[in-house]
Amino acid sequence: MSHQPCAIVGVGQTQHKTRRWDVSLGGLVREAAQRALDDAEMTWKDIDAVVVGKAPDLFEGVMKPELYLSDALGATGKPMFRVHTAGSVGGTTGIVAAHHVETGRHKRVLAVGYQKQSEGNAQFALGSGKGASIGAGGAFAPYMRSYINRSGAPLDIGPMVAVKDRKNALKNPYAHLKIEDISLEKVKASPMMWDPVRFLESCPSSDGACAVVFTDEEGGKRAAAAGRKPAWILGSAVRSEPSSFPGRDPVAPVGAADCAADVYQQAGITNPLEQIDCAELYVPFSWYEPMWLEGHHIAAPGDGWKMVESGATALDGSFPVNMSGGVLSSNPIGASGLLRFAEAALQVRGMAGEHQVEGANVAIAQAYGASAQYFAMWVVAGSLDPFGN
Amino acid sequence: MANDIHHDDIAIIGWSISPMVRRIGFTEARMLLDVVTGAVADAGITRDDVDFTCAGSCDYVAGQAFSFVQNIDAVGAWPPKRDSHVEMDGAWALYEAWLRLQIGDIDVAVAMGSGRSSTSDPELLYSMEMDPYYLAPLGADAMTFAALQARALLDAGKITERQMAEVAVRTRRAGKDSPNSQVTGDFDADELLKADYVRNPLRRHDLPPITDGACAVVIATADKARELCENPIWITGFAHYTEAHYVGMRDLRSSPATTLAAKAAGIEDAPIEVAEIQSAFTHEEPLLVEALGLGADTVINPSGGPLTANPVMATGLVRIAEAASQIRDKGKHRTLGHSTSGPCLQQNLVCILEGGK
Repeated sequence: MSHQPCAIVGVGQTQHKTRRWDVSLGGLVREAAQRALDDAEMTWKDIDAVVVGKAPDLFEGVMKPELYLSDALGATGKPMFRVHTAGSVGGTTGIVAAHHVETGRHKRVLAVGYQKQSEGNAQFALGSGKGASIGAGGAFAPYMRSYINRSGAPLDIGPMVAVKDRKNALKNPYAHLKIEDISLEKVKASPMMWDPVRFLESCPSSDGACAVVFTDEEGGKRAAAAGRKPAWILGSAVRSEPSSFPGRDPVAPVGAADCAADVYQQAGITNPLEQIDCAELYVPFSWYEPMWLEGHHIAAPGDGWKMVESGATALDGSFPVNMSGGVLSSNPIGASGLLRFAEAALQVRGMAGEHQVEGANVAIAQAYGASAQYFAMWVVAGSLDPFGN
Repeated sequence: MANDIHHDDIAIIGWSISPMVRRIGFTEARMLLDVVTGAVADAGITRDDVDFTCAGSCDYVAGQAFSFVQNIDAVGAWPPKRDSHVEMDGAWALYEAWLRLQIGDIDVAVAMGSGRSSTSDPELLYSMEMDPYYLAPLGADAMTFAALQARALLDAGKITERQMAEVAVRTRRAGKDSPNSQVTGDFDADELLKADYVRNPLRRHDLPPITDGACAVVIATADKARELCENPIWITGFAHYTEAHYVGMRDLRSSPATTLAAKAAGIEDAPIEVAEIQSAFTHEEPLLVEALGLGADTVINPSGGPLTANPVMATGLVRIAEAASQIRDKGKHRTLGHSTSGPCLQQNLVCILEGGK
């Protein structure tokens, strides 16, 4: 039994918008997939298997849409796999696709995550059509409030995260929300949605897709030799825990900590803050940035907000977070996790354009789902042995 | 076979299949709780020994977004577990678990499939599985598409309506001996053929029942399987393929994805003694048998198959568990489980099992 190296050689994403009414569901996923193939200098014929991830089918009203999308994704005559692990699904999709290569079963695998939220009503679907859904913001607000109480964080931390991510989004050509005149005052003046989260501290509802091409060691080295730098997966992990029971801490879930410890161990990371150059974390509401910095062992408990306050997580800080603008700037739910994973790969490939962290060689990506109970993470690097072990 | 087991082989070491009923009186999570408990007990382990879990279920069948999140309670994911979920039949959950164990860092996984079809209206539901722009608006459901395929096979002279009825008679009789069947008994093909069509050329006996049910299967890496189990059932081949979604793009008289999967799983290496196939419609049985390249010696669906119990999202995983049971409990050596999804057998999976004797 062997765990073979896996390289990311292609990344593609759509323009994320409130409504992509110019494309069908098939057109949307194909736009991202074609860009990933172009990046990998591959054609549809080169792909051995396709893995599709998305959040609830009720969001678009299409049951098991991978059946219909087989044609648009060139999967006819190939394996087509469909993952659904709530908000973490994009991350899980990338990890399952990587497993197809790491086991030696396939050489070139295409992973696609998408959501076309304008096709339906997510709030309605979250309540399963029964109404009275409090939505994701309502579900997470008590956890964020609890974090504030527990950490003693100043109330400006959430708005500071929102300003930082929205400024980063201005440098990302694919980002959905582009708010040129974003400021702390503007965020704080926006309506309170679910105390402590204001409108401008919340993610949008987006149409969008993301695609990633995975290949084996030989393929990765060939790409590198041709001047197309790959991202190597140094570690990946998932964890799930039950939604609710006495003793569970939803503010700093054990699943999140275990997932982080697992990937760090696989990648040989003993000091995340020092060894990791940047991170794409799943932050759909502003306060989740300091919460996940602590939850994934990057900052000590109670210190996450200090990293935000000091500017460490800014694009030019010592530990940049969500360089792409993050989920706060684009949230096609089923794609959001894969976007995090793909952005981390772009960073270590040096292909992140205006939001590139200079010299980034090791990056982490994370996604979470449901009641902060499903976790997916990976560590990617510009080389197979970045720490010279 | 035993000497051919490689270090990286994976084996089935336990399973559990729920009772198959028209309508169960409790939740999907409770159904899963019972089969996970049963499967780990069958394997002689506890939930704590399970390193990875993967579930297969469908929000639309459950009628609820994120329905699988409640099902995590059946797994007992505390401390938190490595876990995944596919919006596919549990047979594909087993495929993901099989891949996961091959990474080599963990040893035991549980795959699950579950569905309570009783809570939905299949005629309304399965039309939503089609292309949302050109097919779903027609309101054509799975039975309508199956009828198209049956008609294509009848017109090609590959089957007759009598043969279809005889498949129903045989499987319903076989189901009498199975604890996991719902529609069973002795029927007469002549009598069945007197019934009206539900969807021409399909009569009631050509269709599966509506079933609530679940299944869980425990797998382990080679060394762990030998440690835990006297006679592990080895997964010697596992593959799945899809076809074009549009039935108009396909030759409905064949099932090329089934043939591809069977060949990739090594079906040609040795004869298959028993095949448990997901033929939820009578006409699919001869079509799949031909696509799998099976001869007259292969026994098809001794459990009764999906025509006697069709717990959608678990039906395929039940086939694999039944195929495993043929080896452990009936003394067979090499069997096969098949699963399918989508209109007219769009997507197909083949899992080949061998005993170690």
